[in-house]
Amino acid sequence: MPARTVLQQADITRALTRISHEILESNRGPDNLVILGIPTRGVVLASRIGALLAGISGTPVPTGALDVTMYRDDLGRNPTRVPSPTQMPVGGIDGKTVVLVDDVLYSGRTIRAALDALGGIGRPAIVRLATLIDRGHRELPIRPDFVGKNLPSAQNERINVHLEEIDGDEFVTIEEATA
Amino acid sequence: MTETILVRAATLADGTSTDILVRNGRIAELGRAIFASADRLIDGAGLIALPGLVDLHTHLREPGFEQSETVLSGSRAAAIGGFTAVHAMANTSPVADTAGVVEQVMSLGDRHGYVTVRPVGAVTRGLEGQQLSEIGAMANSRARVRMFSDDGKCVSDPLLMRHALEYVKTFGGVIAQHAQEPRLTEGAQMNEGTLSGELGLAGWPAVAEEAIIARDVLLAQHVGARLHVCHLSTAGSVEVVRWAKARGIDVTAEVTPHHLLLTEQLAASYDSRYKVNPPLRRDEDVRAVREGLADGTIDIVATDHAPHPVEAKDCEWAAAAFGMVGLESALSVVQASVVDTGLLDWADVARVFSRTPAAIGQLDGYDRGIAVGAPASFTLYDPSVSRVFETTQLRGKGINSPYLSTTLPGRVVTTVHRGHATVLDGELVDAETVAAAARALDQAGADHG
Amino acid sequence: MKHLLSTRDLSRDEAITILDVAEDMAEVADREVRKLPALRGKTVVNLFFEDSTRTRISFEAAAKRLSADVINFSAKGSSVSKGESLKDTAQTLAAIGADAVVIRHGSSGAPRVLADSGWIDAPVINAGDGTHEHPTQALLDAFTIRRRIHGSESRGRDLDGVSVTIVGDILHSRVARSNTWLLTTLGASVTFVAPATLLPIGVENWPVAVLYDLDLALAAHPDVVMMLRIQGERMHAAYFPNAREYSRIWGLDDARLALLAADSMVMHPGPMNRGLEISAGAADSPRSTVLEQVANGVSIRMAVLYLTLSGEGGKQ
Repeated sequence: MPARTVLQQADITRALTRISHEILESNRGPDNLVILGIPTRGVVLASRIGALLAGISGTPVPTGALDVTMYRDDLGRNPTRVPSPTQMPVGGIDGKTVVLVDDVLYSGRTIRAALDALGGIGRPAIVRLATLIDRGHRELPIRPDFVGKNLPSAQNERINVHLEEIDGDEFVTIEEATA
Repeated sequence: MTETILVRAATLADGTSTDILVRNGRIAELGRAIFASADRLIDGAGLIALPGLVDLHTHLREPGFEQSETVLSGSRAAAIGGFTAVHAMANTSPVADTAGVVEQVMSLGDRHGYVTVRPVGAVTRGLEGQQLSEIGAMANSRARVRMFSDDGKCVSDPLLMRHALEYVKTFGGVIAQHAQEPRLTEGAQMNEGTLSGELGLAGWPAVAEEAIIARDVLLAQHVGARLHVCHLSTAGSVEVVRWAKARGIDVTAEVTPHHLLLTEQLAASYDSRYKVNPPLRRDEDVRAVREGLADGTIDIVATDHAPHPVEAKDCEWAAAAFGMVGLESALSVVQASVVDTGLLDWADVARVFSRTPAAIGQLDGYDRGIAVGAPASFTLYDPSVSRVFETTQLRGKGINSPYLSTTLPGRVVTTVHRGHATVLDGELVDAETVAAAARALDQAGADHG
Repeated sequence: MKHLLSTRDLSRDEAITILDVAEDMAEVADREVRKLPALRGKTVVNLFFEDSTRTRISFEAAAKRLSADVINFSAKGSSVSKGESLKDTAQTLAAIGADAVVIRHGSSGAPRVLADSGWIDAPVINAGDGTHEHPTQALLDAFTIRRRIHGSESRGRDLDGVSVTIVGDILHSRVARSNTWLLTTLGASVTFVAPATLLPIGVENWPVAVLYDLDLALAAHPDVVMMLRIQGERMHAAYFPNAREYSRIWGLDDARLALLAADSMVMHPGPMNRGLEISAGAADSPRSTVLEQVANGVSIRMAVLYLTLSGEGGKQ
């Protein structure tokens, strides 16, 4: 079955804008927020959300990247993964409200690793989770706070997220995986 | 009575097809379609009949290092390689520097019966390079030693070497020198060159061999003595010997099968099966020794069969012993390196691997090769097969062969020593049978080969 | 990457990957919790047949920062000196359940023999073998150079155009060899300076320039000057007359230090013979990278342990 487009560029933009508003509403403003994207595409989304938050609230919001490779629970079961850079914004995360950003939330294991990674860096006051797509099938008790689109999927389906900065085009599709 | 053997339609080294009849330890008849009854009939079709190979350089390790090899196991390895005589080097424990030790080694060889064992006597007592050993006693002993060598070590003191060369003249002997200037090769591990520098292994420079040979040929010339150069390995050494022979100096030289085939590149794996003294050298050196063998500058091939126990090689390079076993693979390696490449023919092989080594070692019975009336010591070899060389082809105690898992041509099918078979259908005849046949021959009064 | 035995075997991409992962590892040192769980439950054995406290504790720190367990096995002597043989030691470690073996040995090629032998199934990391290679030293040297030149923009970069002059006992130096292969792979140019007795036969076939004159070499303003240690035993083996003459001609003294550009680097693998091959002034100058090299050594070794041990590459 061919890939079905779930989100076009305009849909993605709308979703991120809504998420940004929700973050500000839940946090009662921009203070103390730190937006950390999980590589690779989470970093792009975090950067956009940071810009949207600054635009809406008029206050710059620190953003960064949090690589979780070293904290994965499946390191010994897959070929060696090379980590991506972790960039903490100036001001760190101690006592902050950290919003983790990823493109697809699935089993929850990546977020579990992200929580461990945060623990090695500092002690945030609050940790929230924003994801562009929630495709279900959680294997751990992890739940998102801000969701772009709920996309129920079968386990044999693959969800493709393309973002301009990385892939040159922009969409979200779902298709039956052949492998 | 000893066995009568009839070989049908073997091919001699000169290409003629012939039957061979062996009776009472000698070649009784040659020619086509011999009409005779025989205890054993051997089909020689497709097989080359070579005179029994004579190794001028073997380490049998007994007495003293029986965990590495014994006269029996070494003899068996020799027989499967097509040899009927080996010269056993003196670096045993005790060293073969007295009549007693050399007579013991010879007796063991005779008793086991697979090959004729000719002991080599040490040049210096205990191989210490200080005092001459009892060369006269060894020469006059039952072993009638004619070749003397400190092999393993170099007789490096020039004055001692001069005296040794002079003294052996008294007994019609020859000094066989292991050419290695010790001061230039302290701690040396492999050939000195670009590769040794990259691998971080201490180098064994060619000049350490060449300088000793140059000195020794000039000494031999000066005192009018014979010199034999062991395991010559470099292009420069070939040139020195060529120069010496051109001046009429009485020098002979040997090359090992491994120096005819293998180069130092193998050391890059740090696999100590390739660690040997003198070391494997460069491509240019392999080419030079092949040409030297072809043009007669190098007179013979000699194996320098050097067995070691497994633990002496199953370790890092620097800790590993030097040496390779070579009796079982020798003829195949010679075929691969110089016969199949067109440099030598089988008649040359008979010359460099049988007649000439026997002449240098003054071993009787090999001067005519396979001829009527000559002692029946010959080997039947099939050059047409090709096999992967494995430990199953080794018969000595050592498995330190550099050829394991490589493809080598040829196979010894039959070996006959002084008229009795030691190898049949590619397999050794059992030790009791061989020993009994040897006893029977001695009782029948056959000449000591 | 199953083993790290030499820098000769590393491609440019593999080398840059190691350096980049080391950048991430270096950041861990600045965190509150200086530990990553990546190698939790793995056992790293430091198998040191030669004394070397510095390299050993560097590997130990690296392994522990990745939450691995560390066993230190100090085995004096090779199988020649009646100690336990390399084979027996390796089989013992395999039975204990070592997941990686970091080996320093006095014989060139010992790590290769261990890796190829089948006595143990674990990845083998060469911490220095005889006069052959010391790959993690070269990697930390390259990392140090890259960092000094490119700072926080180092990721993904090679050393194209960087000139490195290595001075001293090249003949016996595994650091010189490993650095030569790695630096040239990364695009740097290498010059050796030494008396002829301390240069290996065939060095003209190496990808390096060779000079006997240190002053001439320094006049070319190399970006990096790497001083090698002169070992005591060489002084008794007729490679050069005595320490005084060596130091006068090939020592980096204060006068030569002053000729170097302000941003050029002075490196030394350690331990230093202050006053012999390097003056105290040179060792302690801002150009000296000696302490950074030590810190970077831990990051590089963390990267190497991670890349060999995590993933399916850790098992075979």
